[in-house]
Amino acid sequence: MVQVTLSGTIQQAAGGISTLEIEAKNIRQLLNALEKLCPALKPELEKGGIAVAINGTIYRDDWFQPIPEDSEVFLIPRLAGG
Amino acid sequence: MARNPDADNAPVKKEIESPTSKYDAEKAASFKVVGSRPARPDGMDKVTGKARFGADMVMPGQLVGLILRSPHPHAVIKSIDSSEAEALSGVKAVITRDDFTPNDDHADVLYNIMAREKALYEGHAVAAVAATSRAVARKALKLIKVDYDILPHVTDVDEAMSPDAPVLHDNIITRGVSPTPTKPSNVVARSEFGHGDIEAGFAQADEIIERSFKTAATHQGYIEPHACVANVGTDGMSELWCCTQGHFHVRQVCASLLGIDVSRLRVTASEIGGGFGGKTTVFIEPVALALSRKAGRPVKIAMTRDEVFKASGPTASSSMDVKIGVTKDGRITAGYGVFRYQGGAFAGAPADFGAMSAFACYALDNVKTEAYDVVTNRPKGAAYRAPGAPMSVYAVESVVDELAARIGMDPIDLRLKNAAKEGSKSSYGPKFGSCGLVETLEAAKAHPHYSAPLGPNQGRGVASGFWFNFGGETCSNLNINADGTVTIAVGTPDIGGSRASMCIMAAEELGISYDKVRAIVADTSALGYNDTTEGSRVTFSSGMAVIKASQQAVTEMCKRAAMMWDIPAEAVTWEDGYAKPSGPNAGDFEPLSLAEIAATAGKTGGPIAGHHEYNADGAGVSFGTHIVDTEVDPETGKVDIIRYTVVQDAGKAIHPDYVEGQFQGGAAQGIGWALNEEYIYGDDGKLQNAGFLDYRMPVASDLPMIDTVIVEVPNPGHPYGVRGVGETGIVPPLAAIANGVSAAAGVRMTELPMSPPRVLKAIDDAKVAAE
Amino acid sequence: MSGIHVSTKINGDAVEYVCDVEETLLDVLRDKLGMTGSKEGCASGDCGACSVTVDGRLTCSCLMLGAEAQGREIGTIEGVAKGTELHPVQQKILDNAALQCGVCTPGFVVAAKALLEKNPDPTETEIRYWLAGNLCRCTGYDKIIRAVMDAAAEMRGN
Repeated sequence: MVQVTLSGTIQQAAGGISTLEIEAKNIRQLLNALEKLCPALKPELEKGGIAVAINGTIYRDDWFQPIPEDSEVFLIPRLAGG
Repeated sequence: MARNPDADNAPVKKEIESPTSKYDAEKAASFKVVGSRPARPDGMDKVTGKARFGADMVMPGQLVGLILRSPHPHAVIKSIDSSEAEALSGVKAVITRDDFTPNDDHADVLYNIMAREKALYEGHAVAAVAATSRAVARKALKLIKVDYDILPHVTDVDEAMSPDAPVLHDNIITRGVSPTPTKPSNVVARSEFGHGDIEAGFAQADEIIERSFKTAATHQGYIEPHACVANVGTDGMSELWCCTQGHFHVRQVCASLLGIDVSRLRVTASEIGGGFGGKTTVFIEPVALALSRKAGRPVKIAMTRDEVFKASGPTASSSMDVKIGVTKDGRITAGYGVFRYQGGAFAGAPADFGAMSAFACYALDNVKTEAYDVVTNRPKGAAYRAPGAPMSVYAVESVVDELAARIGMDPIDLRLKNAAKEGSKSSYGPKFGSCGLVETLEAAKAHPHYSAPLGPNQGRGVASGFWFNFGGETCSNLNINADGTVTIAVGTPDIGGSRASMCIMAAEELGISYDKVRAIVADTSALGYNDTTEGSRVTFSSGMAVIKASQQAVTEMCKRAAMMWDIPAEAVTWEDGYAKPSGPNAGDFEPLSLAEIAATAGKTGGPIAGHHEYNADGAGVSFGTHIVDTEVDPETGKVDIIRYTVVQDAGKAIHPDYVEGQFQGGAAQGIGWALNEEYIYGDDGKLQNAGFLDYRMPVASDLPMIDTVIVEVPNPGHPYGVRGVGETGIVPPLAAIANGVSAAAGVRMTELPMSPPRVLKAIDDAKVAAE
Repeated sequence: MSGIHVSTKINGDAVEYVCDVEETLLDVLRDKLGMTGSKEGCASGDCGACSVTVDGRLTCSCLMLGAEAQGREIGTIEGVAKGTELHPVQQKILDNAALQCGVCTPGFVVAAKALLEKNPDPTETEIRYWLAGNLCRCTGYDKIIRAVMDAAAEMRGN
């Protein structure tokens, strides 16, 4: 299980939930599981505005990035820059 | 992150490739080229005027394209009659909203480049013409009749959030609030970040300061206006020359808006005359393509400066509230901030990034930030160097400075006591990896500037700042030429000298001299997709691709040497530009140089090249600390910058000159933002200062030399330890200068820019209050 | 709209062109003569990217009409280097990494050269005020000022 913390706009979209436990071995599994758990998140996730931080490293796009057991995972807004 | 849920059980990568690459400390200890300061490959063309920028391209038979823009900040476009313009001799094409089909993927971009139902800001494009001369095109614009139904407008962020404000879009329903609103408003989204219990945190505080701040919208201010030349061939094959930070992105968006295959559009990035985030999107490019398609001839569009101000993307203005609690001994117990940013006529103000970076410099147990992305009748904002961070950090660092004074603690000591470091939980969630805030604070404290005496009416300010940095999609090719020279192709436009850095990294990896390597920015048909030059990502990501491509070429060169010597490839090593037998067991052979291997490549298996395509992860965060001495004229309110020092963590400076250049440039832009630069709107919703005379950017006589200290805390996610350096430099100056001016003037400055009238008023108000 | 015939000298060469009344010297240089080294940053004389000399005097070519070049001697960025030999100002800008995007660089080269021809030993402050009509958004001016000081020293034979 990995502990996932939601932030930004998706926290409210998930009904005010900020942390949840999810079984996922990579980012894609994580996002799919999240979508099943909180269908309200689907539009937010599909908008492509999400990045995933695993144990401190931020991934903007990397479906098959492994999530080690007991990782600390954050969903944050997808970063942009100037 | 769009994805296909069907492949839910796709294989997990066997090896953890996180971060993408690992820092090689042994290599870093013996750099030969990295860290040197050679002349840049494009330098000669730039000092002689030969370098070709956006507006310098001429295609045979090219027409002049001009854009008609709305004079109203908010109006329904009832009808557009272009028949008279079309009939004018010399006019070859007129386009309006009817020439673009609706586009779900890029709806806002399309609406922004050519107004649809409504004009949403003064300067919003309404129609465009292509004609044989500028004079004819100008005349044609005057002949286009647009029937407007003028609507009430709003340009201020706080006013735009009020329930009775004119609403720009009837499809914006605020996201991130519960319950979901039933009515549209100008508030696009509310985001929330943080952890702990701020109320409990404030209860532990001995001192709490709560203040509200405002900052004006500023423009990136690149000296080169947007310019492009588009040519749609009779067979639909299209070429586009433009100044952009991301020609692959331009290709993707333009192909989509015009409904053509990506393969039929080739985009070449010209030399780019500054971007700072403002050239990460499209404005005129799809318009020029549409005109060219209609006219059957190449079309050039070059914005005027007036158009750049009114119709390209400035950054957000902001309205912010910050509350911080601290114990007597300097421990920050809680931080809370609300950040309201307006980003112009469409969604996307960087309020969330502002909220995420506001408290990033501090390791806090209790922190909460809220962000509001708000639309107004202003030009759609674009990214500007660390988008969103300078404003929120200005607010937080101002309060931190005031708290330090309140508890009688040195402001750097207060920051050191609470500084984020490796392993501390960031204010936006994830734990920080290796990072260098403490090192910059210590270097700033030790710098002679920090203890130099101050004169009358002078005040010293200090502030820290943060930017995330990121990697992204990147690829690079590297070719070993027959004469022993090397050519690199990257897909990230070079704005600040990155071609030089690419050459340095290839030379380092290959073990040859810098002079033997040349880098170009390839067009979109020559390389796979590359993300834009943004996010301080180029030296990190393209650099890593160049290193990997070099390593691939080295492997091949070792193989060729092994063939020559008739030994296994594994028995050959690469050292200082030579293939050598790896040890006594491998045999006794004279080392072969890169040039020697290259010379016979045609006979040993063909051309030797390397390439690398990847999605770069592991960009290290970047922190900086700035010190500034300001002098306030109590008679006029004018502020002078007397001395300025930038201390920033670069991870590893590949070409230190250009790292210093990023630090200095960021500081100078921050000085402009703090003191003078401001989008000024009248009650009529029109921009009153769309020119460099009245939008006052710093000139040479406004500034002192800008000292730099490059701190190097290696990024573990890059083989050479590189962190992005481009953006962090603009984050601390707003606060550092505000702290300096507040100290000099004896009154806390809470609104930017601190222009003379505002400073004078603050001083006078304080006097009145004291009496 | 009738064209105006102009005979002038640009970088020492006799040049003739026909321009419209409202065309600026910058328009003529860039669009008629293919001399795109002078840049249009503002067209209002505020940024200096179009700096040229007119009879030796530093001028924004966007503020002068093409027709006004009649009988004058115009100096542009294209005439500053002699073949492959750079002017000291150009060389020192390169050596000091005093450019990033480089779009303002031609204007700075022309302006700094004009300064050093008038004042071979300027102070830092004099350089800053002379170059105050040239905007650079990338560098914060630090390295540009150092480059001009270095070039001045070299030209004085120091």
